[in-house]
Amino acid sequence: MSHEATPHLQHHFETPEQQFDAGKLGIWLFLATEILLFGGLFCAYAIYRANHPEIFLYAHQFLDKVLGGTNTVILLCSSLTMAWAVRASQLGQRKLLITLLSLTLLGGFGFMGIKYVEYKAKWEHGLLPGTHFAPHEEAANDSPPGEGVKPPAHGKRPSNVQIFFGIYFLMTGLHGIHVLAGMGAITWILVRSARGEFGPDYFTPVDFVGLYWHLVDLIWIFLFPLLYLVS
Amino acid sequence: MTPKDHYLNHTSGFASWAFTLDHKRIGVMYLVATLGSFLLGGLAALAVRTELISRGPTIMDADTYNKMFTLHGAVMVFLFIIPSIPAALGNFVLPLMLGAKDVAFPRLNLMSFWLWVIGALFCIGAVISGGVDTGWTFYTPYSTTTNTNVIATTLGVFILGFSSIFTGLNFIVTIHKLRPLGMTWFKMPLFLWSLYGTALIQVLATPVLGITLLLLIAERALGIGIFDPALGGDPVLFQHFFWFYSHPAVYIMILPAMGIISEVISIHSRKHIFGYRFIALSSIAIAAFGFLVWGHHMFVSGQSGMANAIFSALTFSVAIPSAIKVFNWLATLYKGNIHLTTAMIYALMFIITFGIGGLTGLHLGALAVDVHLHDTYFVVAHFHYVMFGGTVIALLAGLHHWWPKMFGVMIDERLGRIAAFFIFVGFNTTFFTQFVMGSHGMPRRYYDYLPQFTVYHRISTIGSYVMAAGFFLIAYYLLRSLFRGQAAPMNPYGGNSLEWHTASPPPFDNFTTTPKAEDPYDYDRLVPDEVNGGYRSLTYEGVGTR
Repeated sequence: MSHEATPHLQHHFETPEQQFDAGKLGIWLFLATEILLFGGLFCAYAIYRANHPEIFLYAHQFLDKVLGGTNTVILLCSSLTMAWAVRASQLGQRKLLITLLSLTLLGGFGFMGIKYVEYKAKWEHGLLPGTHFAPHEEAANDSPPGEGVKPPAHGKRPSNVQIFFGIYFLMTGLHGIHVLAGMGAITWILVRSARGEFGPDYFTPVDFVGLYWHLVDLIWIFLFPLLYLVS
Repeated sequence: MTPKDHYLNHTSGFASWAFTLDHKRIGVMYLVATLGSFLLGGLAALAVRTELISRGPTIMDADTYNKMFTLHGAVMVFLFIIPSIPAALGNFVLPLMLGAKDVAFPRLNLMSFWLWVIGALFCIGAVISGGVDTGWTFYTPYSTTTNTNVIATTLGVFILGFSSIFTGLNFIVTIHKLRPLGMTWFKMPLFLWSLYGTALIQVLATPVLGITLLLLIAERALGIGIFDPALGGDPVLFQHFFWFYSHPAVYIMILPAMGIISEVISIHSRKHIFGYRFIALSSIAIAAFGFLVWGHHMFVSGQSGMANAIFSALTFSVAIPSAIKVFNWLATLYKGNIHLTTAMIYALMFIITFGIGGLTGLHLGALAVDVHLHDTYFVVAHFHYVMFGGTVIALLAGLHHWWPKMFGVMIDERLGRIAAFFIFVGFNTTFFTQFVMGSHGMPRRYYDYLPQFTVYHRISTIGSYVMAAGFFLIAYYLLRSLFRGQAAPMNPYGGNSLEWHTASPPPFDNFTTTPKAEDPYDYDRLVPDEVNGGYRSLTYEGVGTR
């Protein structure tokens, strides 16, 4: 097979199939390392939750379930458009591909926007991790809360609540960085698909970015109930 | 018979190296970089040993001493041992052994190298701008409270981790997807099996180190409190996280070394490797067991008695696959036609020193004995018998074994043997004394010691000077061989794995004709080559000499 017929084939592969399979195995291994990276944080979560359930029960009430739930829906929808975009690139439907990638990117912006609103509220209420934890009285007591903060149903504040916010900010922060990285990757393939580079013969980057985006989505699917829906 | 056009002179200029996608050049760059780190870490070790030659201050104050052993440990572990065999020798040899043109992802390979450089700059920058005094393990709470450059160093190690992950990922995919027709898993050279096991650990364990170091950075920079008891955190969690990576990491260091020994022992005794399948699978077994023993670093950190007992038992079980390898190597040697080349001398040395290192690991894995030996020089000696007596000795074996292939020149065997003698005597003098003083209670990392330890410290320091002399001799004859070495034949030692069936040094594309994958340890079809020296294969007779 000559290289003119397969312009994307690198010199050390025999066939495009071999190259695609190698890339696929590579991206799956990369996703495995991502899961292990988050695994450390999930492990920390499990240990502290098992040792101090009262902290999680108390502190989770300060997270906004509506905003978190909206973000879950947004990410799920963006995963759908991403999966569909992979299909569109395989079928060479260029316009549809561009539309779907744009929608996915929009989902990413929506997610980060809502995340910003949530972080800002935490910041204003002093619900910060570790040494910076300085809850405002209205946020910490049963008295009327500020916007976005529900009155705690469980009376007094247990000690070391800041641990929860440490875990919350680390997990959602690291996840947010991954969303941003995913948005960067989507922008990259959006530009390339606008140039018409993808079609039935070559759609590898769309496929792999799609897999990455699904992983980012999947991690959030675990984060949302673990952090927002404690009971 | 050196070919006119080969990978070293195919193109020239700085950019042709700095941006090369050729695995051979990347391997050579890694070799230079890791050996440079070895020099830096070695000089730090000599400074530490010199300080300890007499009681009280000798050449530096206590704070400098703390920074010096941290420099030694961090540089040797993260910059030298972890990348040395896989990224330097592995990068060079792996695609050649597969008869492939390159690794699966050449650009990722280059990125891995530059990430290593950036990580190294962070680490060395941290040292220049004040140093780090935590030891290479960065234990909390000290690492979160000391005023030294912990953040820059851990960030550097974090970046080095990614470099290591990318190398591992690349190797796994390459071994899966680029094996030639006819080379099934059980027909691969054993070095590839060991690199595969190593790569699995690199990919599965390093991300956990990554998140641990991120947490440590967050703790220092943002006061997040995960490891701070004052804020409800737990410092032992750091130890668990750290060793969940760093114990498997010592298998990242030793597994590829074992692979080299399997190659060298078989080729230089002209005998088919004994127990191929057992050696291959024991690499995977070590990789798997390696993930389950991290708790043996925390026998005295308040772990539960039950956890201690389980971790102790699992630790003993690592001895099984390790011993399987050693016995198979010995059986390979039995009635072999042993050629005492420098590479072979190092391989035999490995069996002795690694044997001592491995067996003393059992002392430390035993719960009651460990309480006595924990944090003493016994641990230091054990670690160095495994890491130096194991990995570095095997690296030397591999370096001498593949040097003719890498650079197309033979080394001076006479000087090689003299240097090996210095290394063996120096190493054992340095570290065997440390077993003795450790068992007598000399604690590790101390700046000063009681009078009864003076004699041991003095012997140990003298040993380190002998070892250093050996290394300078090695550096001398290796460098000299590049300019004045005798040209190497294609197959100087008579190996049958595919890298020996191409020119020395290999051409840019590795092979001029498609190599045939045979049993890599079958030497029956190799006959001495009277014309060019070394050996030639009857399989390629009539195909044309290449």
